[in-house]
Amino acid sequence: MGDTLLTVTDLTMRFGGLTAVNALSFNAKRGDITAVIGPNGAGKTTVFNCITGFYKPTSGSISIAHTAGASMLLNKLPGHAIAKKGRVARTFQNIRLFGGMTVLENLLVAQHNELQAATGFGVLAILGIGKYRAAEKAAIDRAKHWLAATNLIDRADDPAASLPYGAQRRLEIARAMCTDPVLLCLDEPAAGLNPRESQALNDLLLKIRADGCSLLLIEHDMGVVMKISDHIIVLDHGKKIADGTPVEIRNDAAVISAYLGEGDDDDPDAPIAETLAAAE
Amino acid sequence: MRHLADNIKDSLIVGGVAFLLFGPFLGLQLTDGTNGNLALATRPVLLAIAVGLSIAARFLLLLWQDHRATRVPAVKLAAAVTKSGKYVAPALLIFAITLPLIPGIDNSYVDLGVLIMTYVMLGWGLNIVVGLAGLLDLGYVAFYAVGAYSFALLSHYFNFTFWECLPLCGILAAAWGIFLGFPVLRLRGDYLAIVTLAFGEIIRLVITNWVSLTGGPNGIYDIPHPTLFGLTFDMAGGPGTVSNFFHIDPDPSQRTTYLYYIILALALLTNWVTLRLRRQPLGRAWEALREDEIACRSLGINLRNTKLTAFAIGAMFGGFAGCFFATRQAFISPDSFTFIESATVLAIVVLGGAGSQLGVALAAIVMIGVPALLQDLQIYRMLIFGIALVTIMVVRPRGFISTRTPSVSLGKAKIISSDMISEGHG
Repeated sequence: MGDTLLTVTDLTMRFGGLTAVNALSFNAKRGDITAVIGPNGAGKTTVFNCITGFYKPTSGSISIAHTAGASMLLNKLPGHAIAKKGRVARTFQNIRLFGGMTVLENLLVAQHNELQAATGFGVLAILGIGKYRAAEKAAIDRAKHWLAATNLIDRADDPAASLPYGAQRRLEIARAMCTDPVLLCLDEPAAGLNPRESQALNDLLLKIRADGCSLLLIEHDMGVVMKISDHIIVLDHGKKIADGTPVEIRNDAAVISAYLGEGDDDDPDAPIAETLAAAE
Repeated sequence: MRHLADNIKDSLIVGGVAFLLFGPFLGLQLTDGTNGNLALATRPVLLAIAVGLSIAARFLLLLWQDHRATRVPAVKLAAAVTKSGKYVAPALLIFAITLPLIPGIDNSYVDLGVLIMTYVMLGWGLNIVVGLAGLLDLGYVAFYAVGAYSFALLSHYFNFTFWECLPLCGILAAAWGIFLGFPVLRLRGDYLAIVTLAFGEIIRLVITNWVSLTGGPNGIYDIPHPTLFGLTFDMAGGPGTVSNFFHIDPDPSQRTTYLYYIILALALLTNWVTLRLRRQPLGRAWEALREDEIACRSLGINLRNTKLTAFAIGAMFGGFAGCFFATRQAFISPDSFTFIESATVLAIVVLGGAGSQLGVALAAIVMIGVPALLQDLQIYRMLIFGIALVTIMVVRPRGFISTRTPSVSLGKAKIISSDMISEGHG
């Protein structure tokens, strides 16, 4: 258990009259896998979009501490600087790869800022002088490292769009990791994976954590959440209803009622609730 | 596979539509009747020929589609095209370099070569914006005009020479690329296309109406021709001319040849820079931008800078081409920078296959060279040209060369088929 990495304070996000996230506060610790769960429409993805700079929060603050004590306000940074300066990387619920580019190219685009800095405003690299060659070699080595970790090394020269679904999910994680983040935000990484792929994903996420990157994930697959999370935050209607370890969450009355619904047996989230109950 | 009876039925339906369409146009004719009245005559033979041709054409098209369905998959075909491209590109380059040296070649062909090369260069410049970055720019002619007028005005008011102006024209056009790029940063698709189109028109209208500076619709005359290390190409052959210096007879073809090699060098520079940039972070970021803007942002890529560099570098080459255009023509007026120029260059890029350098060069040769060579056919020229364009779009909807070669690979680079590649959001 480390110190606090991500601090979300009184985060509120309104879209017109709709309050998607309402005065949400939570912390994520360094070196932890923190899961954000909740029924559909609870505001999980909105929280993610606020953290990763795709939405500007209506009010509240989000800060990240790269080292203990130092803190940087993410909600003050322009969108692209969240990944560059904030060192927060993300994946998307609906996979967003550069389909027409090869797997390797996808990973090199992720290292754009470091590589661009080595090109001498492009001019030196066009002329073939300067340190770009070495920088590109280092970038390819890092890409190879993540390709090996995600078991994609054989597909490195294939276009990303030609990969099967599970491999695309892994590639998106590898691409996010190539930006060298301190916090990786995963939006439903296990969606659409079969049990074997899901298990492989668990191993990958644990490996990422072991390498020193903290994780924040949204997930519906309780098998994944309960097995690997260190800390779980439960949202419902934009509010935090529970916060604690997997064991605490499993036995939390508010969570069970949010998932099962109170006396409502036509609940669309029933399958999730069953999984939740089964995980006990 | 379609059944033969289906094909015949389909062709007959087309024949019916053709009859309805051609009936009034070709089947009926107004003639002088008795008492000076107009009479209606019929032309059944002509109508029958038109309908018959339609039926036959439809039938052949269906047969060909059946044949195509059983043919090699598109990826294999694309790989074959790219493979042959390995030989086509050097062959074209050698031909381009030796064209003016072919013994006895008519000066008009070299002149046509200059025109084609100008469009090859414009196509390659726009290819950066449209093909790589996926930003649909309908106002590319604006930068062509900026380049041309920069040189014309600088030479008119300050007596600058071509070689002094060439870099300045590129810089000025790039500055305008950034200036016009800023307002359109947040626009995509149709909106981007409309605004860039408007910018193209604004530049032309400003040039037309700012009579005190630009001469308005009268244009600017006597723009100097380029010199060869200070030597001019003067037909009089006095001191300080090329013919005098080398002790040869003055000939108009000398200047044309010189112009040809200037534009060839400029076009090759465009190509070289583009190819180098494609293998660099900037070029990859452009292509990533075309594929998915949101993912780019999540990876820390500054969208504003990336888009503006695409606009600026594309505009810079447009500016170089404009500068060359001014020196070649010796006279420019706003009429040379109408929307049709933007449309032609965009058509070259789309027809050639957005992103492909060889495709764009081939398309420029077809788009500019073929109409010029078909001059003798007069009114049928545009008809044949139109049919050719439609045919190409039917056969290869993503352009001549629609595949993409990866910019980097671990093993052997594999060609990426066009159905994987996104066309950009605008």
